[in-house]
Amino acid sequence: MAAAAAGLRQNACVPSSSPTPLFHASHLHKRYGGTTVVDDLSFEIAPGECLGVIGPNGAGKTTTIRMCLGLTTPDGGDISALGLQMPRDALAIKAQLGVVTQFDTLDPDFSCAENLVVYGRYFGFSKAHVRARVPQLLEFAALSHKADARPGELSGGMRRRLSLARALVNDPRLLLLDEPTTGLDPQARHLMWERLQVLLQQGKSILLTTHFMDEAERLCSRLLVLDHGRKIAEGRPRDLIAEHLEPDVVEVYGNGALSLAESPELKAMAARVEVSGETVFFYTQDARRLLDALTRHSGLRTFHRPANLEDLFLKLTGRQIREDG
Amino acid sequence: MNTTTATPSAIASPPSPSVWRAPGISLRWWPVFLRNLLVWRKLAIPSLIGNIAEPLIWLVAFGYGMGALVGQVSVDGVKVPYILFLASGSICMSAMNAASFEALYSAFSRMHVQKTWDGIMNAPVGLDDIVLAEMLWAAFKSIFTVTAILFVMLGLGISHSPKLVVAWMVLIGAGITFSSIALIFNALAKGYDFFTYYFTLFMTPMMFLSGVFFPLEQLPSAVRAVAAWLPLTNAVALVRPLFMDQWPADWWLHAAVLAVYAVAAFWIALALTRKRFRG
Repeated sequence: MAAAAAGLRQNACVPSSSPTPLFHASHLHKRYGGTTVVDDLSFEIAPGECLGVIGPNGAGKTTTIRMCLGLTTPDGGDISALGLQMPRDALAIKAQLGVVTQFDTLDPDFSCAENLVVYGRYFGFSKAHVRARVPQLLEFAALSHKADARPGELSGGMRRRLSLARALVNDPRLLLLDEPTTGLDPQARHLMWERLQVLLQQGKSILLTTHFMDEAERLCSRLLVLDHGRKIAEGRPRDLIAEHLEPDVVEVYGNGALSLAESPELKAMAARVEVSGETVFFYTQDARRLLDALTRHSGLRTFHRPANLEDLFLKLTGRQIREDG
Repeated sequence: MNTTTATPSAIASPPSPSVWRAPGISLRWWPVFLRNLLVWRKLAIPSLIGNIAEPLIWLVAFGYGMGALVGQVSVDGVKVPYILFLASGSICMSAMNAASFEALYSAFSRMHVQKTWDGIMNAPVGLDDIVLAEMLWAAFKSIFTVTAILFVMLGLGISHSPKLVVAWMVLIGAGITFSSIALIFNALAKGYDFFTYYFTLFMTPMMFLSGVFFPLEQLPSAVRAVAAWLPLTNAVALVRPLFMDQWPADWWLHAAVLAVYAVAAFWIALALTRKRFRG
């Protein structure tokens, strides 16, 4: 593995001139018919980094992943990975990538162990080579006891972990994960996060798309916020929150809550007031004064919490439901 | 996607390569073929019984029942028993059916329903190699079925010609031709229902226009002119004389027709599949 990694590093140095990130996309454009789905998108993934891509449905996340895999040809811009050029070297790049797609593509007719062996063959690995790695991969996916079970007999979380194990069959340096925890219960999600943390500690890099802001905050060293195919923010999760939001949020609901949004006294204590449905959100530097003022109004329920990534996401992309999603 | 397409330079806005470019084929089709083989191995025996039962029911019911009425049929001036006439035609039909079912329903399941192809393409295997593997796989299933039926026909004593070995090789070619044609419709399908059109509008008429059940001489000359260019007609024209222990007349012409169908259909199927996945 060390030798392989050294080989990769050498590879990376040969064709490119600038200091090479593991993955580099610049000025990507993609149109479908008259609609622009990815608009001048550039980003990089450094070795060992977890880059999160968040955005509402239809923001261009999946199209971006497909372009990264050479499955969709961009209308403009270029992508290089591991010192190779997409789409020209698509197969050589994919030989060194691990991919978990939004929907499982496991073989329903094969057991977990067979799924890994069959998938390894697509990378040119012999049965014996993958067989030797199967126990380790299944153990990593917490599926050792399910080696002979078929995907149909597994829970959703187990299937996602099998997909992750399958993506590791070629010991990739970079993983592309498209919504890896969508549809999982909290236990399964936490187990997935734990495994992804282990991979990051091993020095692997990850590109992750997600709808879960706690997932993005927990795993990602850097975030890319997409909307309508454009990058609207980029940075470390904490920095982004500090840059765009006040530190505290007070949510108010109950009888007469909506009228408070218009109260000059309360508005003076908040930097920003938002109304969504029956709830009023006060974004403020000083929650104490605001909470004191709110105690004078009866029949209200309040919830005080620090501003989080979800607030940032909603501020940047709006609260409207996306029809195209 | 492949090394055969020469991209002169990776400029800022590379045009999408044409879906009609030459096939980019490598040895990477083999693990895909092997995958299908390993799945099928688990269900081979029941599927074999299903695959050969239907053609044999046709053969026995029609061949012996109808054969008693018809007696002998004249093929190019030679009188042959109807059961031989029917057996040599229906084995071509079996090759066609087996290849078509696999390249339509089963390939569509893998491509569209199970998303097996998408999973494979996230590994270093290109779409061209997947389509080639599916084509060869459907042809393999077809020849597997045909071989089993041939042995049953040998057992029934329908023909004992050593030229059956040549017929077997012709049927391999027919399997390739029909699986390539079926993959065109696979590439166009939105759902399984679509294949009903292929069966009712293409395969069923062809069965009756290709001399499987009755000699083409029975048809009006205009229909015969069309029928002469159908792939099944050409397969039957090669296989039937071999069953009769004769060398087919104009064998190169019939073989060429099948080959042109195979190459053209595979190319069209590949282009349409590329278009489907380009999204």
